Amino acid sequence: MTDQIIRRIWPIAPISLALALITLLMIVVGANPLTVYQALFDGSFGGREQSLSTLAFWVPLLLCSTGLLVTFTAGLWNIGVEGQMIAGSLGASAVALMVAKPNPSIPGWVILPLAIVVAMLSGALWAALAAILKTRGRIHEIFGGVALNNLAAIATIYLISGPWQPPEGGSLRGTVPFPTQALFPLMGTSRFSPLSLILALVALVLVALALRGTFWGLKLKAQGKNLRSAFLLGVPSEREAINAMMVCGALAGLAGAVRVLSWFDSLRQSISGGIGFLAILVVLLAGTRPLWTLLIGLFFSALLNGGTFVHSRVQLHSSLSGLIQGTLVLFVLLLGDYTRIFRRKKTVMEAISDHE
Amino acid sequence: MFNKHKAVLLMLALTLMLLLSACQQAATATTEPVPTEDVVISIPTTPPVIEEPTEAPTEEPTAEPTVEPFIFGMVLVGPKNDHGWSQAHYEAGQYIEENIPGAKMIVFESLNSADKPEATLEGVVSDMVSQGATLIFTTSDEFEEDTTTVAANRPDIIFINASGDDTWDQRPNLAVKPPANLGNVMGRMEDMKAIAGCAAALTTETGSIGYLGPLINDETRRLTASAYLGARYCYDNYREETPGELKFEVSWIGFWFNIPGFTLDPTEVANQLFDGGTDVLISGIDTTEALDVAGQRAEKEEAVLAIPYDYEGACDKAPEVCLGVPFFNWGPSYLKIAQSIKDGTWEQSFEWLGPDWADMTNPDTSHVGWVNGPALTDDVKATLDTFISGLADGSINVWTGPINLQDGTEYIADGVEAPDPLIWYLPQLLEGMTGSSK
Repeated sequence: MTDQIIRRIWPIAPISLALALITLLMIVVGANPLTVYQALFDGSFGGREQSLSTLAFWVPLLLCSTGLLVTFTAGLWNIGVEGQMIAGSLGASAVALMVAKPNPSIPGWVILPLAIVVAMLSGALWAALAAILKTRGRIHEIFGGVALNNLAAIATIYLISGPWQPPEGGSLRGTVPFPTQALFPLMGTSRFSPLSLILALVALVLVALALRGTFWGLKLKAQGKNLRSAFLLGVPSEREAINAMMVCGALAGLAGAVRVLSWFDSLRQSISGGIGFLAILVVLLAGTRPLWTLLIGLFFSALLNGGTFVHSRVQLHSSLSGLIQGTLVLFVLLLGDYTRIFRRKKTVMEAISDHE
Repeated sequence: MFNKHKAVLLMLALTLMLLLSACQQAATATTEPVPTEDVVISIPTTPPVIEEPTEAPTEEPTAEPTVEPFIFGMVLVGPKNDHGWSQAHYEAGQYIEENIPGAKMIVFESLNSADKPEATLEGVVSDMVSQGATLIFTTSDEFEEDTTTVAANRPDIIFINASGDDTWDQRPNLAVKPPANLGNVMGRMEDMKAIAGCAAALTTETGSIGYLGPLINDETRRLTASAYLGARYCYDNYREETPGELKFEVSWIGFWFNIPGFTLDPTEVANQLFDGGTDVLISGIDTTEALDVAGQRAEKEEAVLAIPYDYEGACDKAPEVCLGVPFFNWGPSYLKIAQSIKDGTWEQSFEWLGPDWADMTNPDTSHVGWVNGPALTDDVKATLDTFISGLADGSINVWTGPINLQDGTEYIADGVEAPDPLIWYLPQLLEGMTGSSK
């Protein structure tokens, strides 16, 4: 019983340990941890603008994490989520620049859904590439994903320094601002779009339900547990792997659209902002549990948003957030899997019940 | 099966850590050569300094007038200790703090999508405003567009964008009206770059000068071209060489400073230029790689020299190979702006400010300058001084025609002095320069 409880709240352990270590570090460098945490809070939830900014950063993170729930369940390490997000941004930007800009008469309720669909398709196709490399080319999805991430980043640089370069030229900063009808409707002067959050939450609920209560979810789980057995028992593993990757890619693509169509108003270099990698960390920490995914994602978004505030207010280096993040990665890898630490050996039945 | 799983996990762990740290590494890479002192800044002392005066009762019988706090923001594209562009701005902020009682700067370093993917100019500005800032300097071409957007949303805050042209009455797109609370400042660096080019041309043994460029835009084209024009003038007029034989090779890295994975590595590019026969390398980027590389190669007995950029103290990093540095001194112009805002007399303006020819290193009067480096020999120094005094009294203007663009078309006719807009908006590199124009 207590064992159950400990397992449920286990994701807190690495976070608390990391925070304890960071607090110690702050004291060592002569910073007052209370001031810093206060600034972190003020910068993330201290006011309307800060809260909205935290939410705006959270949405694409949530979308990517949701997608990763699918691939992790299927036993796939979709490192390529970052590239799939970039592919989505490129797709959305293409619609904004090549459809919306020359045709200002097309209303937003046509353009925005179109941009979203194209973004999701681009992300899904980019993911399918990694999946096919794996199933047909026997290239592990980690390596395929890393390569495709780089390709997507290079494509961004090419586009903003080439065909989509602003007329004044020169900079690698990004494209010209998109016309407003192509953007998500934003709250006030913030970069937060309630619509994008609704889409993300719907996606999370659907994925959670699908993984839990559908035959498809069961097939993915079986595949994730043991690919060969699942195959022998009749799961079309190649097809399901590609499907899982494409679902994740579509959600990551939507995240990319949110980045260009609400967080920014144009395509920028490093548009993904490392959110895909952060999402991997979130899902690992959450142990593929949807509710924890939601909460931990929000925590990270607050941490990163607060980090910039700490930098300008306390003049403490803003890599503090990066430091906390890095420490977390370390602790998650050390302590992340509760069962692995406390039960070195387990029976098949136990292993199955662990994942119920 | 289980072992394989473990191996994959291990691989993932390594990859993930590598990748996660990749974004942060950009920051580390640019700050690398500098001690990490900025982490140790003690916090508790700063806030009370500004709080005190406001809380002091007004009827206090001291003769000193009550000091009103004046808070301003300084947004930097790179680290504040980069020995280059960003440090020059940071120190201008300190100059305001020294000269206006009660002035306090809020700094935000390394605002660029590689170092701080989670930060936007909008977010940074809103943080600064919530801390009381009424004036915000956005000190990079990178922020030009975002500054305009943010300024339009916050009409009560004054924004100064360094290097931008939004408020210039000679800009091409006059139809686009800038927000009323936006101003621009830029240093007239062109003559200083010409001096740098001249110093390089007077020193080169191989007859080949390299230029380590950032990204390609109007600003970098005109500065690179200015260095070339200065070099050509001095090579043709002061040296016993065949005029026109000077080689001037430009390599661009793709951004203002090194961002691993996004730009070419400036260290590598600098090495390539030296390998290709260049013996004097002029830097156009925000950081000091050109000088660093020259210093390393000089240690291996190579006869190479370099000219850094942006920051008066840039030579410090490898003085023995430093011919000098053309630098910005943003202090006086920023102070004037801050003072006028404090007095309520600020008016929107575009400032393109030159040197104090009588004393180019005067911190209070000269907006740009050139300082000789330790590697400059006395002979060269004397010739360079002739060139500088020619620029000062107007007898030399390197932007005098005939000047042709790189594709051969005539840009400035024979004997004509180029007007400001033609210099500012130079569309290509010039004939005689090697390197891409776009």
